[in-house]
Amino acid sequence: MLTLEEKQEIERAIHQVPLRKAACIEALKVVQEHRRWVSDESLKDVAAFMDMSPAELDSVATFYNLIFRRPVGRHIILVCDSISCWVMGYEKIQAHLSQKLNIGFGETTLDGRYTMLPNPCLGTCDHAPAFMIDHDLYRDVTTDQLDAILEKYT
Amino acid sequence: MATVYIDNKSYEVGAGKNLLESCLSLGLDLPYFCWHPSLGSVGACRQCAVKVYKDADDKKGRLIMSCMEPVADNQRISIQDPEAKEFREHVVEWLMTNHPHDCAVCDEGGACHLQDMTVMTGHNYRHFQYKKRTYQNQYLGPFINHEMNRCIQCYRCVRFYKDYAGGKDLDAFASRNQVYFGRHEEGTLESEFSGNLAEICPTGVFTDKTLKEHYTRKWDLTNAPSICQHCSVGCNTIAGERYGELRSIVNRYNGKVNGYFLCDRGRFGYGFVNAEDRIRKPRVRHETVSRETVLEEIKRSILGHNVIGIGSPRASLQSNFVLKALVGEDNFYHGVNDNEHNLGDLVVKILTEGPARSLPLKEVENCDAVFILGEDLTNTAPMVALAVRQSVRRQPLQHAAKNNIVEWNDAAAREFIQDEKGPLFMATVHTTKLDELATRVYRAEPDNIARLGFAVAHLLDPEAPAVDDLSNDEKEQALQIANTLQQVQRPVIISGTGCGSEIILRAAANVAWALQKKNKAAGIVLTLSESNAMGLALLNGHRLQSALDTILNRRDDTVIILENDLYRHGPPSVVDEFMKTCHNVIVVDYLNTPTTQKASVVVPAGTFAESDGTVVNNEGRAQRFFQVYEPAQGMQESWRWLLNIGAAVDHPRLAAWKNFEDVTRALAAEEVLLRGVEKVTPPSSFRMAGQRIPRESHRYSGRTSMNAAINVSEPKPPEDADSSLSYTMEGYRGQAPSSMIPFFWSPGWNSVQSVNKYQDEVGHALRDGDPGVRLLEPKERGAAPYFSGIPEAFHPMKDHLLMVHLHHIYGSEELSNHSKPVAERIPQPYVMLNNDDAAERRLNAGDTLTFEVEGQAFALPVVISQYLPKGVAGMPYGLEGLTIVELPAWSILK
Amino acid sequence: MNKPLTQHVRPDGRPLTLQEYEKAGGYAAVRKALKDMAPQAVTTLVKESNLRGRGGAGFLTGMKWSFVPMNAPKPKYLIANADEMEPGTFKDRILLENTPHQLIEGMILAAFAIQADNAYVFLRWAYKQAAKVITTAIEEAYAAGYLGKNILGTGFDLDMHLHTGVGRYMCGEETALLNSLEGKRATPRAKPPFPQISGLFGKPTIVNNVETLCCIPHIVNNGAEWFKDLSRGSDAGTKIYGVSGNVKRPGAWELPMNVTMRELVEEHAGGMRDGYRFRGALPGGASTDFLVEEHLDVKMDYTSVAAAGSRLGTGTMIVLDDQTSVVGFVKNLEHFFAQESCGFCTPCREGLPWVEKILHTIERGEGKPEDLKLLEFHTKYLGPGNTFCALAPGAMEPLQSALKYFRKDFEMLIHHKISA
Ligand SMILES: Cc1cc2nc3c(=O)[nH]c(=O)nc-3n(C[C@H](O)[C@H](O)[C@H](O)COP(=O)(O)O)c2cc1C
Ligand code: SF4
Ligand code: FES
Repeated sequence: MLTLEEKQEIERAIHQVPLRKAACIEALKVVQEHRRWVSDESLKDVAAFMDMSPAELDSVATFYNLIFRRPVGRHIILVCDSISCWVMGYEKIQAHLSQKLNIGFGETTLDGRYTMLPNPCLGTCDHAPAFMIDHDLYRDVTTDQLDAILEKYT
Repeated sequence: MATVYIDNKSYEVGAGKNLLESCLSLGLDLPYFCWHPSLGSVGACRQCAVKVYKDADDKKGRLIMSCMEPVADNQRISIQDPEAKEFREHVVEWLMTNHPHDCAVCDEGGACHLQDMTVMTGHNYRHFQYKKRTYQNQYLGPFINHEMNRCIQCYRCVRFYKDYAGGKDLDAFASRNQVYFGRHEEGTLESEFSGNLAEICPTGVFTDKTLKEHYTRKWDLTNAPSICQHCSVGCNTIAGERYGELRSIVNRYNGKVNGYFLCDRGRFGYGFVNAEDRIRKPRVRHETVSRETVLEEIKRSILGHNVIGIGSPRASLQSNFVLKALVGEDNFYHGVNDNEHNLGDLVVKILTEGPARSLPLKEVENCDAVFILGEDLTNTAPMVALAVRQSVRRQPLQHAAKNNIVEWNDAAAREFIQDEKGPLFMATVHTTKLDELATRVYRAEPDNIARLGFAVAHLLDPEAPAVDDLSNDEKEQALQIANTLQQVQRPVIISGTGCGSEIILRAAANVAWALQKKNKAAGIVLTLSESNAMGLALLNGHRLQSALDTILNRRDDTVIILENDLYRHGPPSVVDEFMKTCHNVIVVDYLNTPTTQKASVVVPAGTFAESDGTVVNNEGRAQRFFQVYEPAQGMQESWRWLLNIGAAVDHPRLAAWKNFEDVTRALAAEEVLLRGVEKVTPPSSFRMAGQRIPRESHRYSGRTSMNAAINVSEPKPPEDADSSLSYTMEGYRGQAPSSMIPFFWSPGWNSVQSVNKYQDEVGHALRDGDPGVRLLEPKERGAAPYFSGIPEAFHPMKDHLLMVHLHHIYGSEELSNHSKPVAERIPQPYVMLNNDDAAERRLNAGDTLTFEVEGQAFALPVVISQYLPKGVAGMPYGLEGLTIVELPAWSILK
Repeated sequence: MNKPLTQHVRPDGRPLTLQEYEKAGGYAAVRKALKDMAPQAVTTLVKESNLRGRGGAGFLTGMKWSFVPMNAPKPKYLIANADEMEPGTFKDRILLENTPHQLIEGMILAAFAIQADNAYVFLRWAYKQAAKVITTAIEEAYAAGYLGKNILGTGFDLDMHLHTGVGRYMCGEETALLNSLEGKRATPRAKPPFPQISGLFGKPTIVNNVETLCCIPHIVNNGAEWFKDLSRGSDAGTKIYGVSGNVKRPGAWELPMNVTMRELVEEHAGGMRDGYRFRGALPGGASTDFLVEEHLDVKMDYTSVAAAGSRLGTGTMIVLDDQTSVVGFVKNLEHFFAQESCGFCTPCREGLPWVEKILHTIERGEGKPEDLKLLEFHTKYLGPGNTFCALAPGAMEPLQSALKYFRKDFEMLIHHKISA
């Protein structure tokens, strides 16, 4: 069941486009914002709300890498794995994160705190390597900063 | 026309087409995957690349996708250019990087477009050295098997299922080289057209699950051109046999009727042919007897008795006609209830006496406005519903064309059109799947639907009778419909006998006729109940009720019932009484039915697969089906049994008829309305280059050994006395006349895509014209007077509900109900009430409602719908065990 | 004013508020155009300015606009492409985060020129700061009457919305962007019909890059000649160039069109970091061909870079140094492209993962001599026109040029299992 708040937020998005269905990505975002990920059940609820079939909506949902159709942790680490960050050594950062959190890409820590995902270029190549945790961007990262950064998210 | 130069040869092609289609029409071999004549181009697979040159001096050229390129005058292209060839070969190589190479165990093998294209491009050495991607497959229900690893991501499945057929539960998921085609979760595919996936998919991802049960390669089947037996539309099919069993039904292209597609009832309903419990041996009073004994018994029952014959809307013209000849014109009765009889007569009257032309199914797709009265097409004539889905695109496509977006540029056209739809007006009793496309839906009981129709007709032409006391809303709807129909070029009015209402048919006729008067080329489509309901209606005969009365009055009589379960056409008590009273009840049928249970003599008839016959579809098109294989000993065509009976009793006329053609010739000579049926196919003496047309491919295997377990000496193949097809692989290897193509095949084209090679212009008529002979043509404009007799507006009645039939694609049709995969999908019996009516009676969903209608008592679980008009109730038509009554009629609630 | 686009960018990254922007002369162009100019006159002016699209393809902006049928009924759409996801590219971020009103003003002008009544900013998910800034700026612009009905009393209406994406590089391809905005899978569309005729929701639409749009107010204010004069060469205006990689001061700078590569690397980026030598660079993002030392004096404009065998692309350069494995470098790029392929057309969907796998084996010292042939057949056949959109051809540019300039590196790995 979608909450009233979710429905209102989706309705607002629907007002910005001429066809109800066109707001379906917004609708998925709203649900993900509230629930962290889009479960099969949420998907069906959103589909019904958008006058779409679950298949039609899931076809869209599964296309985009930032709509999560599997459970994720409380915080998402997006590590830029593209060229400038690679040149500047993102692999070291990632290895350090992996070791520290005991997870690889696509995995979630046992305590459900972090999910770590690779992400194409974060658009901050002049400050490579970079990663994001939730809405926060970290740039020019060195391994010795990582512990302090990770501490911030509970 | 445009002149194009292909590999330096000049060709004339139709301007505005795409280059791929034009090349294929010219007979040139150019590989493709994502393109389809009915689906147009999207340019996804990149398989159809050719070189295009700026001018005669350009030697370098550049690669283009021919499916995305409009032909232009003086265009210069090359198919043979080495780079183009190399690129096309690499496209297959790319596809093969992940394809499992499991042809040996793949159902598509031997009929696989991917195999054909691989050979065509010459790709044969694999450079890819890495692991292949693997997917999980899904359970998709009883019809379709799923094997995703074989997918080449051509997108044709979703483009057909979703874009073309309006399905909601199949889609493309994920992206990059992980794209997945399937359902959002496992489960039965919901579309009525899912079976087409097996033909649309160029490889073995979606295959026919029913074929898998008794798998046979395409090249090992014995095939014959056939006609679908599961509704009145008469889609053309190819039926394939092996080991005395019917193994598959696939589409047989007919550019006027079904085009490239079939509905699932038609494709998967064939199981009744192989059913364990069908009649295989003659029976006399429940004892299996020999052929001689049964004929002896029948002779005894006939000689010295009054004999009547009861025909059938599911039996061929020939069988009905021979029965009629056997018993004599006065003693021949149509085996349908009086309401259906009247409806059939009325349909014939409308199509022959009025000015509106009965449209071939495919022409419906080109209509630019549709008005449907009463009929739930998706469930009674599914392929008409599919055609309507295309027709609502007609107007938007015209708008797109004004912006230079051609129809074949499929994705572009859809993006331009978005959710714009052309006019479709629906007036039905309950919701239908087409409602989602409708400009406007009017939901009412049958009389009110007719009144809306009459009102529209009157608005179009004041000479058509007017309708009193319409509500404002109805007036306004009628006005909108009338205005719209007047504004378009090619409107079509669609109705049918599904509601059981003559008045609706009359109203539909008035609308079409009024449009004709306005000089509109208005077409009309009227659907009927069964595969040969139209043929039966065209054959003079008496009403079934009078047969019942006759016998009941005369006693001591013999009745021959042809392929008919009387319990589907008359009240059980009356039929019971009739069966009891009759001295001898002889039934010629293949299905065990309540009627055969009560018969004294049962004669095992061949099904359509084991018979030759002609049926007339709802359009009035006579179409021939051919025997696929000779049935096992004991069974034979109904008409042949009847000829044998005629011979046994020394019948003066029947004795002269030896084979199918004799019968057909006599039929055409005697029955005025059926003149022309003898021309449906070439005669049995017809030969191509002195040879017969083989039912089997030249690769047919195992002939000498397949029956070795039974008998080591290879039996001589049967001789076909009824047609110029042969039962062997020997014979003429070229293309058969269009009406008798046993299978589509062309060198290098083993898949169904070989149909291209049978058309002069790909996607259009078969080479020597689309099969079938139209028997019914309209009269000059204004010939028939408008129908009058407008019913009063509907008023609900206290303690009564007006009972109507609700149709189900799976469940309402007799034959397919005997097919296992179809049977899995038949709903449980129920009675449907409007929510107010249910509330008034304190009924909840699932409660039992007891009621009586037409003297029959029912107790059925309640289903509640807010969409059913108040005062109306519905019950499913034709489910096993649920008595069929003549509806609409008032039911008395208990 | 030699840095019109970035003149107001503050070192601390605080965005310009509406008041600040107005005070600095902002929205003067909107007043001027909406009040005193005919829509076609704006298009003509932009045409005369020779402004070329900054999104990568370098198509003439005024020309693009002129294909919109002026008499087509509304709605019509104007879209700012702020998807910036091409690896190595970070120029639009600066404009989005710092001077949102400059973009909005450019959009109003573009919308006016084509008489669009609806505008969207399509912003990539990761630009969180930009999302905040743009949202506020749109609100401010509405409140001040620059957006909405009857703008500045001129009778021109324009609604503007921000749409933030949910990933996928493909969303930056203009037709895939349209599908995404329609709530569909971001697969590209066939052209023709071009978006100018049948775009968003099947209606006439213009998609322009953020930087392109930000140029418009300045052109309207100062004229076409002024804009052309900003450049030192044939292509008009300034360009936001960027350099990333092992240089001393990676960053982005607005400079006159056609500075040389050398100036960028050596002056603005401060030269290579100590211990690193310049081996080459992708001049304009991940999907451009390598240029090498011999090209350091090539002028960084569309024409000159093309003449040198590459593309100016987004103008943001990624430097390859001598400590970095060429094969690894290219493999990283091809991994990106293979991941971001939309999966619609065969060569890209199946070819790119194959290329990535080959590069991976070569990198691990397991490559075979035939592998180079396989790579070459991909560079040959994943070219423009052979695939459905420009993603795969773009993916082949760094590969084909790496095979040309750094073939030894590949061969050494294959034959001697060692990095060059
Ligand atoms: C795969 C792909 C990704 C693209 N990504 C972007 C992008 O992120 N931003 C952008 O402005 N243009 C991008 N483009 C180019 C756009 O398709 C389009 O040409 C551009 O937005 C037009 O704007 P302009 O004329 O102002 O340059 C991309 C193209 C391709 C093929
Ligand atoms: S080149 Fe083809 S598969 Fe690749 S992104 Fe473009 S359309 Fe999609
Ligand atoms: S048939 Fe032309 S691209 Fe698929």
